[in-house]
Amino acid sequence: MQIKCHKVASGRASGPALVTEDAISFLGNVDSQTGMVVDPAHELFGQCIAGTVLIFPGGKGSTVGSYVIYQLKKRDLAPAAMINLRSEPIVAVGAIISGIPLVDRVPEEILQIKSGTLVEVDADQGLVRISEPID
Amino acid sequence: MYLSREEEGIYQGERGETLRRMMEILVALGDIYGAERLVPVRSVQIAGVSYKNIGEAGLEWISDLQGRVVVPSILNPAGMDLCRWKEMGIGEEFARRQQETIEAYRRLGVTIDCTCTPYQIYDNLASLGDHLAWSESSAVSYANSVIGARTNREGGPSALAAALVGKTALYGYHLDENRRPTHLVEVEANLRGSDFGALGFLVGRIVKDGIPFFRLQGAPSRDELKALGAAMAASGSVALYYVENVTPEPPGPWQAEEMIRLGRKEIDEVYLKYPGSGADVVALGCPHCSVEELQAIARLLQGQKVKKELWVCTARKIADANPDLVAAIEDSGARVFCDTCMVVSPATEGFAKMMTSSGKALVYLPGLGGVAAGLGSLEECIDVALGRS
Repeated sequence: MQIKCHKVASGRASGPALVTEDAISFLGNVDSQTGMVVDPAHELFGQCIAGTVLIFPGGKGSTVGSYVIYQLKKRDLAPAAMINLRSEPIVAVGAIISGIPLVDRVPEEILQIKSGTLVEVDADQGLVRISEPID
Repeated sequence: MYLSREEEGIYQGERGETLRRMMEILVALGDIYGAERLVPVRSVQIAGVSYKNIGEAGLEWISDLQGRVVVPSILNPAGMDLCRWKEMGIGEEFARRQQETIEAYRRLGVTIDCTCTPYQIYDNLASLGDHLAWSESSAVSYANSVIGARTNREGGPSALAAALVGKTALYGYHLDENRRPTHLVEVEANLRGSDFGALGFLVGRIVKDGIPFFRLQGAPSRDELKALGAAMAASGSVALYYVENVTPEPPGPWQAEEMIRLGRKEIDEVYLKYPGSGADVVALGCPHCSVEELQAIARLLQGQKVKKELWVCTARKIADANPDLVAAIEDSGARVFCDTCMVVSPATEGFAKMMTSSGKALVYLPGLGGVAAGLGSLEECIDVALGRS
């Protein structure tokens, strides 16, 4: 199935979905050396975001988070693409400076996608393609 | 969001990858905040300078950029005095990384002035009605409130994007509709000096991201306005305020949603709650000292020796233009550091408690500096440094 969305950072990429209902503070929640979510209070604790299509409501926390996304990208540990309900400046800027496709303004049901489902983000066309229906 | 043909071309990558991404930042922020278009900026003040804050990730990003700024652009304070860092107890590795960060900005054409008070060293960066892209919260507050210019509080990348493109997205404090007071604050006391830091400390907590309109007894000085705005931007996220008959007036019509009354009692409670007793270091110059403040410090120190560390932070241009004042202060054993401050430098970590005259430093030192903080007037701070109390 296909969902319309709004482009924040350009590009097209696909990967297995990694989905959370928690907002992400890249500074503090994610280790820039390993790509692991290291905050025990976070729903994704212990999981690696590298190569995934990371689906989360939006960013929060310190603006340094933008640079953390960039560092992850340089170490090949960044998500392949990201989807937000509503992007805020930290993740938006982080995605843009890192060249990671990012889209937002998708229906909330997107958070029901099962982690591991293959998802393609085509920011330039404003489309998210999902290999399985959302239940 | 509307883009001109030239802007659209940059957005499509006609002028290279760095500018394309910079334009993408401006457009993304414009979309997030509902901007209709971009607007040219007169000057930019860029955050993301202290290596303590940006770390390896930020340094990598800045170093990878290609391009030149197209409007006057200067920097926020760095994590150390760029010349006298050893005296601050800064390690070699940190110093090397900090210098690399500065060099990366220099390559982009940024003027290497590291200060939170651009308006104290240049007259031509901001005037009434100018659109700016400034970062540092107290500078943003001063530009919006005292100068009557228009700027949002930019993050490091968005400020750099504005510097390289020469524009910013037209939203937030750039628009009259977002510049109307939300709170009326009546102060029934005669305030001076650090009282304004204490007042800002209180009001920022109450109004959060609101826009206070102050009715004060008497007219505060530029330095007192600087202290008031800095404290409110730290304890809340106030980016614009008004002082009746002192600052440029708000766009009308407006009506405050809330009314706040404060007096001497409330101000004094701040001092009582955060006493300077037990401080092992005294720090002045948050935001960076003006010439007048350096003169006052020199006067109070004259002919005496400090018993505790006394750090005075200012902009390098101010120190360089006033070598006699710097020498007079340093004769006491105090040190005048440039390019940095106690809030962004790791140098605070070696101390247990810092006394300051700044409401802003009072907010940030415990969290960012890992050091307890006490508040006092300039005179009390000097007394503590001299071992008199």
